[in-house]
Amino acid sequence: MLPLEGLGPLLPEHLSELFVGIALFAIIWFVAAKKIVPMFEKTYAERTAAISGGLEKAESAQREAAAALEEYKTQLAGARAEAAKIRDDARAQAAEIAAEIKQQAAAESARMVETAKAQLEAERTAVVRSLRTEIGGLATELAGKIVGESLADDERSRRSVERFLDELEAQTAAAK
Amino acid sequence: MRPLGGLLVPLEGAGEFVPPSTSSFNSRPLFPSAGWEECHPHEGAAPASCTDFVPAWTDAWLTNHVCQAAIAALVVIGFWLWMARKQQIVPGKRQFVGEWLYDFIRNQIARDVLGSEYRKYLPYLVALFTFILVNNLFGEFFPFMFPTFSKIGFPYGLAIMSFLLYNAAGIRKYGFGKYFVKMVLPPGVPWYVTWLIIPLEFLSNFIVRPATLALRLFANLFAGHLVILVFVLGGAWLLEQKDNLFYNFSGGVSIAFSFAIFALEIFIGALQAYIFTVLTAQYVHSAIAEEH
Repeated sequence: MLPLEGLGPLLPEHLSELFVGIALFAIIWFVAAKKIVPMFEKTYAERTAAISGGLEKAESAQREAAAALEEYKTQLAGARAEAAKIRDDARAQAAEIAAEIKQQAAAESARMVETAKAQLEAERTAVVRSLRTEIGGLATELAGKIVGESLADDERSRRSVERFLDELEAQTAAAK
Repeated sequence: MRPLGGLLVPLEGAGEFVPPSTSSFNSRPLFPSAGWEECHPHEGAAPASCTDFVPAWTDAWLTNHVCQAAIAALVVIGFWLWMARKQQIVPGKRQFVGEWLYDFIRNQIARDVLGSEYRKYLPYLVALFTFILVNNLFGEFFPFMFPTFSKIGFPYGLAIMSFLLYNAAGIRKYGFGKYFVKMVLPPGVPWYVTWLIIPLEFLSNFIVRPATLALRLFANLFAGHLVILVFVLGGAWLLEQKDNLFYNFSGGVSIAFSFAIFALEIFIGALQAYIFTVLTAQYVHSAIAEEH
């Protein structure tokens, strides 16, 4: 050790300083490696995860909102198209119904006119027939009175009455 | 045992001024064995009867400075565990302080110097920086008022650890032979200067590096503490002189000026902790760096 004496303060006063220093530092290093640094790094990792997780969440929420909006728009457009279609259908149906009713009404009125005409015709025929019979009787009676003789021959008289009436009818038709 | 004086340096009486010297840095046993006090007087030579004095092992192992280093280690561990417990994703005040210091070591020292491989060496650098910092601050604050690392055994120990660390890192990555060649022969050196470069690089990388690590730390703190002793002890001695106003005035100025030196020493203590840590990281980086 003697030659080292010249080193003065560069020579450790006690070797204990050297070994205790190393041992103490090794203990701190050990605790730092096993506890302190992992604890800090864990917090940092959690913080990173929390931040990026929050960002991701926000992003996915935004995506969801965009999708919902898109869906809503599609639905709205569909609803509008449907409404338009329903309106068109209703309009078309209304027109159809109106046309049908008009047609029915026309048919009904035509039928009623037809019936009335037929009735009138039938009445007229009946009247003509009864008139013909009555007028024939009256005329024959009148003629008999006029000529003062009873015309026994009914058959001949009826023929002459018929002829007379036909002529009368023909005159009436021509006058018409 | 002398009261308090032993903690800093012996406060001399008003007699002859004894300037602070290397003996001001001597350790004292916490529990001196019988006869130790007599054989280690504060001034003058030990009595002749002390030639066969055999100190007990506690006289060397349980000294005030070893105890001081152990307290520093406890402070460092306690501080970090306190900072690390119950951490929240959103930090509170306590955690903010801890993260500020931790981030400084992690981002400013480890990551800046070591790049992507910093995580493996981070615990070492955290332990190193805070251990040195606390011990250096002991030089300016009660109860010790003595920088532990002005006892050179401690810087030697840390330098040996850093030396082992960076060599182990390099050997683990490249294997012994390849690592050794990489360290003594930088790429691109012409063959005719290899005879000069190899010894120089060997000296620089394996001897000068750890030696300067230890000596730089030791010398800064030793010198700083010595300067403080000169100003404080000299000032106190001058103040105590009777019938000499000039002496008393100079003593007052000297004591006042020592506060500025204290502030400077706080700065130097922090700076040396930073330098030791950065250089260790730098050496690890040069050991594991890929050749470009």
